[in-house]
Amino acid sequence: MGKRTIVPFGPQHPVLPEPVHLDLVIEDEKVVEAIPSIGFIHRGLEKLVEKKEYTELVYVIERICGICSFGHGWGYCHAVEGLMNIEVPERAEYLRTIWHELSRIHSHILWLGLLADGFGFESLFMHCWRLRERVLDLFEKTTGGRVIFSVCKVGGVRKDVDKETLDEMVGVLRKMEIELKELTNTFMDDYSVKSRLVGIGVLSKEDAIELCAVGPMARASGVDLDIRLTGNGIYDKLGFAPCIETAGDCYARCAVRIREIYQSIDMIEEAVKTIPEGDIAVPVKGNAPKGEFITRLEQPRGECFYYAKGADSKFLERMRVRTPTNMNIPAMVKILQGCDLADVPMLFLTIDPCISCAER
Amino acid sequence: MTEKWRIQNFIVIEPVQLIEKVNDLKADGYRLGQVHCTKVEEGFELTYSFDKDHVLLNLRLVIPEEEEIMSITGIYWSAFIYENEMQDLFGVKFKHMILNYGGKFFKVSQPTPWNPKN
Repeated sequence: MGKRTIVPFGPQHPVLPEPVHLDLVIEDEKVVEAIPSIGFIHRGLEKLVEKKEYTELVYVIERICGICSFGHGWGYCHAVEGLMNIEVPERAEYLRTIWHELSRIHSHILWLGLLADGFGFESLFMHCWRLRERVLDLFEKTTGGRVIFSVCKVGGVRKDVDKETLDEMVGVLRKMEIELKELTNTFMDDYSVKSRLVGIGVLSKEDAIELCAVGPMARASGVDLDIRLTGNGIYDKLGFAPCIETAGDCYARCAVRIREIYQSIDMIEEAVKTIPEGDIAVPVKGNAPKGEFITRLEQPRGECFYYAKGADSKFLERMRVRTPTNMNIPAMVKILQGCDLADVPMLFLTIDPCISCAER
Repeated sequence: MTEKWRIQNFIVIEPVQLIEKVNDLKADGYRLGQVHCTKVEEGFELTYSFDKDHVLLNLRLVIPEEEEIMSITGIYWSAFIYENEMQDLFGVKFKHMILNYGGKFFKVSQPTPWNPKN
């Protein structure tokens, strides 16, 4: 047995967009144990349920994260609508699904850029983020915002999008797809990229299930877990089936996210073709009744829980959000055990951690 | 595709039944989804959510504030995230936690800030 040393990783580190700390116990160049530590940016957002009425709280919840902001707003509204037994108009469900899938495209391309940056391929990083800007432009055109949109509200959505703009959106995405294919070739076929991803950080299917991994992390290990299969939104009308890989390594996690970008483009096109005319919201009045409702949404990073407890008041008694990163930290700790110290940044990035989400 | 998200299964149990029930669920192929705490008059209301085939099952129990509850980290190791969070934010006391950060998982400026007593 070699000499054991503890290497602190984070909270400030070039590959970490947000603060998290790992104590890496290493023996020679191998990690034998990793102890995670979070809590640097805990904001107590769930606690604001006591100060904001349930109709206003959506503005707080969508600020949990700047990348999956829309999804958080939708998840919160979904929980409150369940609690209040509100049926949302179909057109609103279509628009929510379109914006949510656009968020997934934006999130995955952003992540691909961070991954490229992590393995030192700067030009690839820039290409990814340049492409991502087009999705942000689409957000701006349809919602008025690039990061926080505030278009989701309890009972539906705030803004409608006309047919011409929706068709234009599909056109932009199809053009993007051509450039995305070039990037895909680099991520999937480039020798130097593959040398950093293939066979690194393998999470077996058994471990993914045992450690309750979620999202692309679980699907890359062959676990058929995707909350879009629970029938929320309009996914059942879009013929959705999850993207699954089986290798469980960094390369597989990258492949799942790339496949999901193309899948989201296809689903948006299908949704635009079939979106019905009609109302975009129903009026919501009165107190949130006594009762509770728990629901989930498939965020870009995986399964996200939303729980609302009403108290016959304008204020909820409890709002709980459990984000995907919470659930992928244990799996990350597992794959770090036995890896080379030099691979730690890659392994860490491939869970696509969002610490703002995890700490709320 | 059925609307599985509409299914709301909440099963009320006694605190002493927790480990047995969680063991049964694990043996039955359930995945731990989340655990959360709500501060109620009687103490802490804990909700343990499990998933199988995309349907949720929630175990619900209430414990007095000073009472300890058994940790489920021996069954689902990943529960350490939730138990440490509840320990730090509400002051819930867990017995036999496999990974206990001792109140330092979240770097909060005051102990148990989500417990109204503080």
